[in-house]
Amino acid sequence: MSLMSEFRKGLWRENAVFRLLLGLCPTLAVTTSAENGLGMGFATTFVLLGSNIVVSLLRKVIPPKVRIPAFIVIIASFVTVVQLCMEAYFYDLYKALGIFIPLIVVNCVILGRAEAFASKNRLLPAVADGLGMGTGFTLALFVLGAVRELFGSGTLLGYAVFGSGYQPLLLMILPPGAFIAMGLLLACMNLFDARRR
Amino acid sequence: MNEVSQQLYLSSSPHIHSGETTAKVMRAVLYSLVPACAVAVYFFGLSALLVLLLAILGCLGTEAVCQRLMGQPVTIADGSAAITGVLLALNLPPTSPWWLTLLGAVIAIVIGKQVYGGLGSNPFNPALVARVVLLISFPVQMTTWSAPAPLGSGLDLVTTATPLGAWKNAVMLTGQAPVELQGGTAQYFLGNMAGCIGEVSALALLIGAAYLFYRRILTWHIPAAFVGSVVVLSGLFWLINPAKYPSPIFHLVTGGLVLGAFYMATDMVTTPVSPRGMLLFGVGCGLLTVLIRLFGGYPEGVSFAILLMNAATPLIDRYLRPRTFGVQAGKG
Repeated sequence: MSLMSEFRKGLWRENAVFRLLLGLCPTLAVTTSAENGLGMGFATTFVLLGSNIVVSLLRKVIPPKVRIPAFIVIIASFVTVVQLCMEAYFYDLYKALGIFIPLIVVNCVILGRAEAFASKNRLLPAVADGLGMGTGFTLALFVLGAVRELFGSGTLLGYAVFGSGYQPLLLMILPPGAFIAMGLLLACMNLFDARRR
Repeated sequence: MNEVSQQLYLSSSPHIHSGETTAKVMRAVLYSLVPACAVAVYFFGLSALLVLLLAILGCLGTEAVCQRLMGQPVTIADGSAAITGVLLALNLPPTSPWWLTLLGAVIAIVIGKQVYGGLGSNPFNPALVARVVLLISFPVQMTTWSAPAPLGSGLDLVTTATPLGAWKNAVMLTGQAPVELQGGTAQYFLGNMAGCIGEVSALALLIGAAYLFYRRILTWHIPAAFVGSVVVLSGLFWLINPAKYPSPIFHLVTGGLVLGAFYMATDMVTTPVSPRGMLLFGVGCGLLTVLIRLFGGYPEGVSFAILLMNAATPLIDRYLRPRTFGVQAGKG
């Protein structure tokens, strides 16, 4: 497969959130607004890219029997970097995402790509895979966050969309709203795919 | 003797058809709700009638659109969507704005029913799904109650608290139940209290339920277990501290207990099929209702209790499967 197709598969065909349904815990928990979704997506993409690079470079050094602990140590290092950077430069976002930043360590998208792809491929494909999967993840979180924010608070990225008479559907920014929005978006994607075929 | 009559016909059971169809059952339920609707319109006036009509039309319209979009036969004539509409309206405050009612109708049909595959496949009572979504999303509009203003009295609707809400407020502020609430149980029974459109008159609901019993559409299991467990548990608390906890009679005639126990918790689709399962279902509803009313954040817990037990229904059906005829216990 070419580098381009390695990149593109994460966007739609093997989209981590909407096709593989991986990493749902942060996906459902932090997407109360489009901004939170973007922030979480970028943080995850950074960790995913970093861990893919290091795992790919070290793939012949890491003994197979202890590969999972080794992957986790690598991932945790990058998560610590992200966490400290966000605390320093994006403090509001850091507070909004809260516990879910350290929890990126156990995001199964990242461990999944390390195990299934980076540890078996050379550097450049691993970079393309990490970027593609990360972008797909970010897009998914952004769309989910945007939909929930639009109906749950009547805003998009903080700007009021509907007139002042709009009564926000609070449920959408509460946990059940995450599941409902997720299900409806999945249905739309399936409908789109079915129509295209 | 011609040849056809000599043949032995074999077909799978059931062989005798009772003559009941979905449409007939639904129509009977609709008739049985007429008294409750009439009382609601008497006490709350045209605004209640408007909510009723909007909810029914909203549900019918949404169902037709959904089924058309999905390329299925449009089955709004079977009455199930209309019942969802009536039950939804009965679960809304009489002063609901039009958009709240319509949104509720769309949620009930789309999220409560059609996404699961339509009538018979929905795990939760659609009207209750809509009510709870609205209650969580629009707490202000959904808890703006008005005192009844009977037709012809010339009164305007005045905002006031439901008996359950007033009790919960008083207990939170003073730790004591307000004395004046306890005295009004006869009025509450007739429907002279603030509340949702359909929950106010226990009497009218019971008249409708009696008709359903007569038509054998209702069985006694769920309502009896539901009401009975509410009486037992609330009675226990009342005996322990009558100054703080309201009497079982107060629990029975206020809030949505009668509406819930006879109409919402007995929905054939979302409740267990076996008698023992129904009893367990009813007891679970009753216990949850009392616990939410006495200790929960919301003054009323019937709708949450029924939805939670809806979720437990597949499990109940699985574990309380009736013994197959001829199979010995422990060997099946």
